[in-house]
Amino acid sequence: MEFIDEFRDPALARKLIAQIRHKVAAHPDIRPVRLMEFCGGHTHAIFHFGLRQMLAGDVDMRSGPGCPVCVTAAADLDAALVLAEIPDVILATFGDMVRVPGGHGTLQEIKAGGADVRIVYSPMDALSIAKRHPDREVVFLGVGFETTAPGVAAIVRQADKAAIGNFSVLSLHKLTPPAMRAILDAGEVALDGIIGPGHVSAVIGSEAWQFLPATYGIPCAVAGFEPLDLLSAIAALVNAVAEKEPGVLNTYPRSVRPQGNQVARQMLEQVFEVGPAAWRGFGPISASGLSLSRDFAARDAARRFTVEVEPVPEPAGCRCGEVLRGVIAPPDCPLFRRLCSPRNPIGPCMVSAEGACAAYYKYNEGVPVR
Amino acid sequence: MKTPQRILLAHGSGGALSHELVRDVFLRAFYNPSLAPMADAALMDQLPPGRLALTTDSYVVQPLFFPGGNIGELAICGTVNDLAVMGAQPLYLTAGFILEEGLHIETLERVVMAMAETAQQAGVQIVTGDTKVVDRGAADGMFINTAGVGVVPLGIDLGPQRLQPNDLILINGTIGDHGMAVMMQREGMNFGSALESDTAPLNELLAALLATLPGQIHWMRDVTRGGLATVLNEWAESAQMGIELDEVKIPVREEVRAACEFLGLDPLYAANEGKVVVAVAAEAAEAALEVLQRHPMGSQAAKIGRISTANPGRVVLNTPYGARRIVQMLTGAQLPRIC
Repeated sequence: MEFIDEFRDPALARKLIAQIRHKVAAHPDIRPVRLMEFCGGHTHAIFHFGLRQMLAGDVDMRSGPGCPVCVTAAADLDAALVLAEIPDVILATFGDMVRVPGGHGTLQEIKAGGADVRIVYSPMDALSIAKRHPDREVVFLGVGFETTAPGVAAIVRQADKAAIGNFSVLSLHKLTPPAMRAILDAGEVALDGIIGPGHVSAVIGSEAWQFLPATYGIPCAVAGFEPLDLLSAIAALVNAVAEKEPGVLNTYPRSVRPQGNQVARQMLEQVFEVGPAAWRGFGPISASGLSLSRDFAARDAARRFTVEVEPVPEPAGCRCGEVLRGVIAPPDCPLFRRLCSPRNPIGPCMVSAEGACAAYYKYNEGVPVR
Repeated sequence: MKTPQRILLAHGSGGALSHELVRDVFLRAFYNPSLAPMADAALMDQLPPGRLALTTDSYVVQPLFFPGGNIGELAICGTVNDLAVMGAQPLYLTAGFILEEGLHIETLERVVMAMAETAQQAGVQIVTGDTKVVDRGAADGMFINTAGVGVVPLGIDLGPQRLQPNDLILINGTIGDHGMAVMMQREGMNFGSALESDTAPLNELLAALLATLPGQIHWMRDVTRGGLATVLNEWAESAQMGIELDEVKIPVREEVRAACEFLGLDPLYAANEGKVVVAVAAEAAEAALEVLQRHPMGSQAAKIGRISTANPGRVVLNTPYGARRIVQMLTGAQLPRIC
């Protein structure tokens, strides 16, 4: 497979692993180097290619909050549940969202009870549903980071252009740098470096992470999703830590530019405005959410419908919050693998394909292999 | 009266239209001496000596026609293969149809003809059947159930109890072809014309294997839903032995890899309909591989792993990077209906 196999070359991967181990051996004071991969896609790739165990002892990888489904606040999910139960409303969303427990159940439960919830692969599909059902209100439940938000912005504009009046968006989109700051400000976990999210950075640009070396004195390497991408990023971070030269390193230049994708950024600015957002596991983070701007107020489901939700506490014993903040690893949660599994998920990190708990479960992390 | 173009509820009523359908569609395609009298049950001559094997499976694939196959071929191959991996010679099949009101009769005819051809290829007879019609919306075009009868010749004994440490695991070709061909068809994506289902009857191939190496073949399973990872996990669990797989040795078509990459899926979990894994005594592995590779349905056969005493109940994958990771059974993935 062109453009993929080049980044999976086993011989090169072994060389990089040896190089990383050698570097750490030469600087025993930094061992183990503790890195956080912000992105859930990275977490899965690291497990899939077995990189964790190849670096065990020298590099300690912590999973971050980069799973949009996982950080969606229970109250926001509950609002979506209420919306979906309004007669005549069709709620369209991505597959993972229907299984995530809010405080009052899941979308798949109310779907089974008769609510019209539809799984779509793209916001474009939601707009098509609105066209097909002019007599119904179609609400797209928009969840995601800077990566998915531009696509939603484009659809909102398209709906305006085509004068499709019955289409709106419940925007739960979030921005990644504020969450990174929140983790570092809380100081609950000491991190030596950050693997920056590859696809998010393709939109916002690698320069968006300059605050990591500037304010927090730690390096950030923006990475792709293949083994050589990740190993290059880890090697670059280990180097920066050993040489005490923090900076932003772009190890994914085939997708990421320093300034990101200008068209996508403009699209975000036109359609959304930045405001506070509630993050599961964090609570409210200022200037971390994207809601529809005033020009598109009519497309904003939060304004279009009145939704009131009773706050409900998180499920007892669930430690997804600490997992999302990198404070504990999933096997440290008493529910993990005992009460909480992909078949019976209690917290959001076990539900989403990008969740850290789902990754630890799937790849049997913590179970010794002889 | 004009012959209708579509299936009506009356086709399932047992009346004149039912008879017409049976006569013009089913009997025409499946004709054989057992079916011909249209009695309430098929009578079969004396079966060959051995143990009787009986199996049943239902087929609900969507779309009904996909690159490299259709629901009819699948309904024959799936049941034939279930018998064949038990070491049985498949002999007779039943066919039950649940048809949705409004289905084009021409579509049904194409499916039934495909079943007849595949049954002939596999050397089995369809000896009895049933048809029901349900309201429009109550079934997705058509559902088919087939049951199969076969005979396991005396002396053949396969199963988890026969697995030995160091047995080698063979597969007869590339994995994931069926699952990805169906997925691509459903999603309207095209990753090259070579992406086709592997639907095929395996009884001839497996009979050759058992005839050549009697006693050396320890266990066989067809690799269907849940893919290679799921079947091998079932093996590891029921035998309480470990299974070691070498990732680089598992044959995967380039188009399947690309399609899986694109959809974020793992070929290890993608469905197959013409694949079998065979556990064979280490000393007979080369000979078994030769038998498989000589047959058109095994030309890409490969040794992909071995049985071990380490990690009982688990499947461990050796990656090209030198890592060893546990391969789980498929858990909770939301895949479309593929078989």
